[in-house]
Amino acid sequence: MTATSSLKPIRSDRFGPAQARHLLWRAGFGASRGQVEYLASLGVQRAVDYVVDYQKIDTSRLQAPEFDPDIIRPPDPEKRKAFARARKEKDQAVLAEIRRLRNERRARDRQQAGALSRWWLGRMIETPRPLEEKLTLLWHGHFASNYRTVRDSYLLYRQNELFRTHANGNFADLAYGIIHDPAMIAFLNNNSNRARKPNENLARELMELFTLGVGNYSEQDIKQGARALTGYSFHDNDFVFRRHIHDSGEKTILGQKGTLDGDDFVTILLRQPACARFIAYKLYKHFVADFDGEPAGPAGACIEKLAQVLRANRYELTPTLKVLFKSEHFYDDAVVGHKIKSPVELLIGTIRTLNTPVRELGLLVDAMGMMGQALFNPPSVAGWDGGRSWINTSTLFVRQNVCNYLLTGKLPFEDGWTTQRLEYDPTVLEADLAGRSPGSVVDRLMEVSLEADVAPSRRGQFVEFLTQRKKGVTRDALIGLLLLITASPEYQMC
Amino acid sequence: MKPTPPFTRREFLNTGITLASTAATLPLFLRDSAAALAAQPGAIGAKPGAAEDHVLVVIQLSGGNDGLNTVVPYGFDEYYRVRPVLAVKRNEVLAVDERHGIGLHPQLGAVKRMLDDGLAAVVQGVGYPNPNRSHFASMDIWHTADPSGGRGLGWLGKALDQRAAEAGGVSEPTACICIGPEAPLAAQGRCAKPIAFENANLFQWSGKSLHPALGRSYDQINRVGGETASAQEDDLAFVMRTAADAQIASDRIRAAVRQAPQTDFPQGQLANQLRQVAAMIRAEMPTRVYYVGLGGFDTHAGQLPRQGNLLREFGSAVQGFYRELDAIGQRSRVLTMAFSEFGRRIAQNASNGTDHGTAAPLFLFGEMVRPGLLGDHPSLTETDHGDLIHNVDFRSVYATILDRWMKVNSRAVLGRAFAPARVLKG
Repeated sequence: MTATSSLKPIRSDRFGPAQARHLLWRAGFGASRGQVEYLASLGVQRAVDYVVDYQKIDTSRLQAPEFDPDIIRPPDPEKRKAFARARKEKDQAVLAEIRRLRNERRARDRQQAGALSRWWLGRMIETPRPLEEKLTLLWHGHFASNYRTVRDSYLLYRQNELFRTHANGNFADLAYGIIHDPAMIAFLNNNSNRARKPNENLARELMELFTLGVGNYSEQDIKQGARALTGYSFHDNDFVFRRHIHDSGEKTILGQKGTLDGDDFVTILLRQPACARFIAYKLYKHFVADFDGEPAGPAGACIEKLAQVLRANRYELTPTLKVLFKSEHFYDDAVVGHKIKSPVELLIGTIRTLNTPVRELGLLVDAMGMMGQALFNPPSVAGWDGGRSWINTSTLFVRQNVCNYLLTGKLPFEDGWTTQRLEYDPTVLEADLAGRSPGSVVDRLMEVSLEADVAPSRRGQFVEFLTQRKKGVTRDALIGLLLLITASPEYQMC
Repeated sequence: MKPTPPFTRREFLNTGITLASTAATLPLFLRDSAAALAAQPGAIGAKPGAAEDHVLVVIQLSGGNDGLNTVVPYGFDEYYRVRPVLAVKRNEVLAVDERHGIGLHPQLGAVKRMLDDGLAAVVQGVGYPNPNRSHFASMDIWHTADPSGGRGLGWLGKALDQRAAEAGGVSEPTACICIGPEAPLAAQGRCAKPIAFENANLFQWSGKSLHPALGRSYDQINRVGGETASAQEDDLAFVMRTAADAQIASDRIRAAVRQAPQTDFPQGQLANQLRQVAAMIRAEMPTRVYYVGLGGFDTHAGQLPRQGNLLREFGSAVQGFYRELDAIGQRSRVLTMAFSEFGRRIAQNASNGTDHGTAAPLFLFGEMVRPGLLGDHPSLTETDHGDLIHNVDFRSVYATILDRWMKVNSRAVLGRAFAPARVLKG
């Protein structure tokens, strides 16, 4: 059956708990039965508005971040002179001391980077605005820079707040924002981009990865774009425009002539039809479906329409996302349950949907790395590929084992686990499980946890496990069932 | 290119000749020396050189191993002048090239024996242009063979992608096995993905031990679904097939490493990893690449005892590995490469250590290598602000390994043609 590509709103009588659950998996990190039922009761219009207009939801209970802005300071002129003198005179003692201090600073910075990852993961778990974090993550992967290269945890934090501030705002604000962002400028060496010696890195990635996509500009455009971005630098934690190294001469970018600076460059890029198309494609891949290569078929048609919506709304993301999340395409059978969960969706989704304990955030951060999605450390400026790249023989075991850890507290590499570590009561998922038949219990738990089409044979395997339990539907039996559900291939989908 | 002048007065007096020059276009040539064995012509391995027979083991020495105290230029006065405390004493060096005064660190006795047995090669002065002295950046460059750090794909991953393409587009799940907490960037391909585990027992579902019934049900759920891949395979079918592959791979790997080795392995982290590799080779896993590692080489302070211990661990682990391979009749199939992300500065620092540097020696082990010291030792006086200038681009070593050992197109992997370094026989 071919999917519809229609962005027309779904008929209101077609929006029920199944659709509400799908919306919460894609625009959030899954949800409990109660949350799903509440959203379903709102009807599609109010439900989507509730999820997308999240500024109305109070987040004052969330942990306020406390990160040290001075974790990495530029060397002050006095110290720099002393350093240069010591190098010239080969004063080994002074050099050793300078190195020791630098290593201490770097160690503290690495510690703060760890704290930053734990903070963000914790925020995803706790937030009443899950779409805000999903969008922040989208922009983090889209405008990708990583801590390993930037090595200033505070700058990465500031960048993260840039993404969060404009997450469902206007894409143009993100594009202008990113060329003024110290972490990105550092990551792509734009602080070395000067009039007499241009560095093309930021200009290239701005066009190829951030706005237009490959093939929509020439090498000449990159060179001219690099000139426009000269002088866009930073000092300490703030953007600084270094006028004296800026190339203020006339440039031509994508046919536009003028004494263009970096902001003018972004303005020109935003005007290109390819830009709206590229951003629509990224929104689609993040929220609807992954695919390799060029968009085709219903997906391609849908992306074209979404691009038109984005343009008509002058890059405002809120109305665009509302159209997408209310559309027939979004709720099509070919879409629901057919997307491979990213590690974030798997991890956070399990905690939020199955109400497991959070356990140790530090270990969860490690698990994210093993699953291929280390926050603040995408593998390259191209971000994360997504889709099938999340799944291989290694990551699959990690994904299953991390769910085991959440449900039981058992770590793969330890022997001393006892049931005392469980600290989890699965009966929170369902009020009256004890009285039900194994088949009914399986159906209720599958409804909460599995979006993919579950073949009767799979359901049968779950039921068989429960019926074999001599003591009936006990807490342990339920946990065992949840372990099997979260270890099934179907659980990898949303 | 002008001939290189004699490095030291000693060398000039001893031999009266200049070191031979290397024209820019020529690849490495074998340096003959009193101790090095002559290159032996002949077949690469005992078996016909089918790629399926060939295994590559990569040993990553992390932190930036100090090359100058590893392959010691004891014939060069400058070495002693700038390393008054750190330099390896002349009477402790294991001499390899007595004419030019180059030898090994005293803790590398095991490697010296392998050199003598024709099973080891040391490629001198390996690096790349515009060297990067940041651990992450330089390691990424070695992993991707791309000075710009690449786009998330590694040289081994791309090589295995090529092999997968030849086999109809599906990568063998166990084609690359890495022992460590995370799979290295070097092993990431577009469709070829590595298996990575710190401990083989971790490469399985951790729920099995909770209850026997769980294990049975888990197997029912995850083992079936191993249908052959097809272009129309949807994502859920892909997950099911991967899940089935994972169970089979897990079974094979855990069964393989349960076998006790034929020989005695030394203690240590690297030896333990190589023991598991030998076990998997013995079990005839279809694995083409194994990736292991040893860390701790970032010796900014107090280098002498630390590096000595690490080098001893490295040498004895590799020697033990090849001893075991010989005992199980697999020695001719395995080529091992050991590298570090950079060497260290020529002069010692004030903390009796060394700081990040550039070019360094690269080790190759196996029956198929041209044994001995290969290439020229970099100059200690004509330097890059106190750092060694490389003579050999590491990608030319990769090119040889890719073209001649792994039988893939090196140009496609490396992005351009590199004159292959003559490090293998034949």
